[in-house]
Amino acid sequence: MADKIKIAQYWGAGCGGCDVALLDIDAKILDVHAIAEVVFWPIGFDGKLSEIEAMPDKSITVSFYNGAIRNSENEHVAKVLREKSAVMIAFGSCACFGGTPGLANVTNKKEVFQTVYKDTASTDNPDFVTPQTQLKVPEGELDLPEFYDSVKTLDEVVDVDYFMPGCPPTVNLIALAVDAVAKHVTEGADLPPKGAVIASDKTLCDECDRERVETGRRIEKIYQSYEIKADPKKCLLDQGIICIGPATRAGCGSMCPKANMPCRGCMGPTKAVMDHGGSMLSALSSLLNITDSESKLSEEQIMELMMQVKDPLGTFYAFTLPKSLLKRTVTEKRKRKG
Amino acid sequence: MSGPIINDTPTKTTEKKITIDPITRLEGHGKIEIFLNDEGNVANAYLQVPELRGFERFCIGRHVQELPVLTNRLCGVCPAAHHIASTKALDAVFDAKPTETAKKLRELFYMGQYTHSHIAHFYALAAPDFVLGPSAPSNKRNVLGVVDAVGVDIGAEVIKHRSYGQKVQEIVGGRATHPCFGLPGGVSKQISEEERAQMEEMAKSCVEFGKFTIKLLHDVVLANQDYMGLVLNQDAYYLETYYMGMVDSDNKTNFYDGDIRVVDQEGKEVVKYKPSEYLDVIAEHVEPWTYMKMPFLKQVGWTGFTAGPSSGIYRVGPLGRINVCEGYTTPLAQAEYEALAKTVKDLGVTGPVHHTLAFHWARVIELQYATERMLELASDKSITSDDIRGEVNEPTEGVGICEAPRGTLIHHYASDKDGLCTKINMIVATTNNYAAINTSVIQAAKALIKNGEVSPGLLNKVEMAFRCYDPCNSCGTHALNGSPALEVNVRRADGSKLDTLRNF
Repeated sequence: MADKIKIAQYWGAGCGGCDVALLDIDAKILDVHAIAEVVFWPIGFDGKLSEIEAMPDKSITVSFYNGAIRNSENEHVAKVLREKSAVMIAFGSCACFGGTPGLANVTNKKEVFQTVYKDTASTDNPDFVTPQTQLKVPEGELDLPEFYDSVKTLDEVVDVDYFMPGCPPTVNLIALAVDAVAKHVTEGADLPPKGAVIASDKTLCDECDRERVETGRRIEKIYQSYEIKADPKKCLLDQGIICIGPATRAGCGSMCPKANMPCRGCMGPTKAVMDHGGSMLSALSSLLNITDSESKLSEEQIMELMMQVKDPLGTFYAFTLPKSLLKRTVTEKRKRKG
Repeated sequence: MSGPIINDTPTKTTEKKITIDPITRLEGHGKIEIFLNDEGNVANAYLQVPELRGFERFCIGRHVQELPVLTNRLCGVCPAAHHIASTKALDAVFDAKPTETAKKLRELFYMGQYTHSHIAHFYALAAPDFVLGPSAPSNKRNVLGVVDAVGVDIGAEVIKHRSYGQKVQEIVGGRATHPCFGLPGGVSKQISEEERAQMEEMAKSCVEFGKFTIKLLHDVVLANQDYMGLVLNQDAYYLETYYMGMVDSDNKTNFYDGDIRVVDQEGKEVVKYKPSEYLDVIAEHVEPWTYMKMPFLKQVGWTGFTAGPSSGIYRVGPLGRINVCEGYTTPLAQAEYEALAKTVKDLGVTGPVHHTLAFHWARVIELQYATERMLELASDKSITSDDIRGEVNEPTEGVGICEAPRGTLIHHYASDKDGLCTKINMIVATTNNYAAINTSVIQAAKALIKNGEVSPGLLNKVEMAFRCYDPCNSCGTHALNGSPALEVNVRRADGSKLDTLRNF
């Protein structure tokens, strides 16, 4: 057979869940093995970075990059892989939108170090020693990557060809991508247009089988999941639990609602939306009849209702803060403060 | 198949620093720097962890109820461990007692996690060193190389049973990676009789696969004198440390619940503590050359990278647990535990097993235990009960501990009356082992690299010194909280203010 294609999978600031997701395609791994040679995948393969740096440009067929850009090493490897790869895929919600580590964008390096290396209950560090990017030790010099002030998405540092959201991307989506690449390699089939998001264009609600109230929907009180026993058949929003399915891209199979828990939005926003949380707030306001001129709620009642969402940031931006418009709000506010 | 390749030919280097970057077949990031002196012998070595995400900062201000789904993003390999420790911390924060059904469901789910995680480590991360050999070509030394060597049939069995572990987590926990079912005092979802029966069948098959894995370890490693030479090499892979792990009231290993026992280098109990007492036992040291902290036993103290009774370094994970426990509650795991005990006794070892590579043996015993326990729980028809939610009180502060596949995992949260997190501290499995891992790497490098002679196989044998711990540096480098910084005015189209959202 023809030479195997070369693939790489790397993690930036991620958790390894995206790597496990690739294992979760189970027997399909053997299909991948048939057409591809893994040149770099630190969780399971022994390829070293220097070997990748020595490869000719574009010689890796496809690189899957998961994790956000949290430090200079994440950025460096992203740039190396971009240069060496014909196709670069932002794999998983951290690479696409910043993911959970992106929540760190409400703070900065100084505050992170203060908490981690000083204030945490078990830390014993009276001299407040912190990690140094350059350090002389008795035997020579050591270096560490620089921890950035904020979390970036992959497409903020390199050109990205495709986006595969999910935390992690589901087996079905990965199978779609593997098939597309395999067909391209073996049969010369066209790849999707550059910039495509390899996922559904629908919202999570479209694939959720819970029963919704069709007319006159109204939330009287907002509950946390632990406060009530949610009816496993009815729409969670109708029961007062904030589920951000209306603003979230479909494709996960609505796993969390099926487990009687709300969607937290790990697939990210739908196609046309820039700001995930903003989109959910807009959906919520229509649910509350706030946008309706005939709204039966007074401003005070609306305020009272909304204030029941104790942590709007964590509720509406748990996976997408670095991609949201809020990022600029925070940065600008900081700048003004000087 | 041809036999494993144990050794390769070293070449002389004149370099003063050898870098292994990234270290591979582990979870998360790491690199090793080895410094050579003028004679070409190892002066020192450092396993640096180059990453930090900072969960302990950005989780502040979040609703504590969300922490089981936020903190499981610490690690995609053992998200279930974080989900369980976090949910148990919520039990404590809300002073909520989980129902019997909820406890059983959580533990059943968790045995699925162990099945997946221990199979993944043994076959995908560790086996290449044993089946193909530490000095096999690096592009073959991986799980696909193992499949090529042992055949697709065995490969398919490995894939199937790891997948069963994931499936059990998905059925009970809602999702395999990043589960969502944990609530204070219980779980969100009842399971059906059909699901229970399906899990019972999968568990039966997993028990058989556990037996197969033990046999494989015996055939491939224990029966091979070259490997036993490595395992028993006290210059390279041997540390006399303290050990820590969770046990039940009979000092039998338990992964889900119990007290945490610490033993010394002779196997004598030093302390047994409850989750709420962890700060009396553990403190964390900071080094400027790495982002990961180094826990140590507070009452012994930090004395650097040395073993022995005067060093507070302790080990957790399979080797830690096998050294603190007095056996297992399930028959097959107990039998293999006794086999290990007899083998080491015949070698003249009394007390704990200090041989670092014995981690692998301990791990397959635990795989057997996890599968047997999974079968016990999945066979219990009462787990389909709808009694899955206990009573919840006003949130305060609490600690939850479980044994992650890689070791003792501690989550500690404080909440205000609205349920917003005001303080969070986590000591995760691999972090507990970090000082010992670094000490093991120094030891292996010093023993294996002499007179400037190095080879890819030798460097891989240095990596084997950390790999057996199954380190998860993703877990180890959590740490950030959410300082008030955000205020959003939500306005109507005409510009009038509708609401102000803030995270403080």
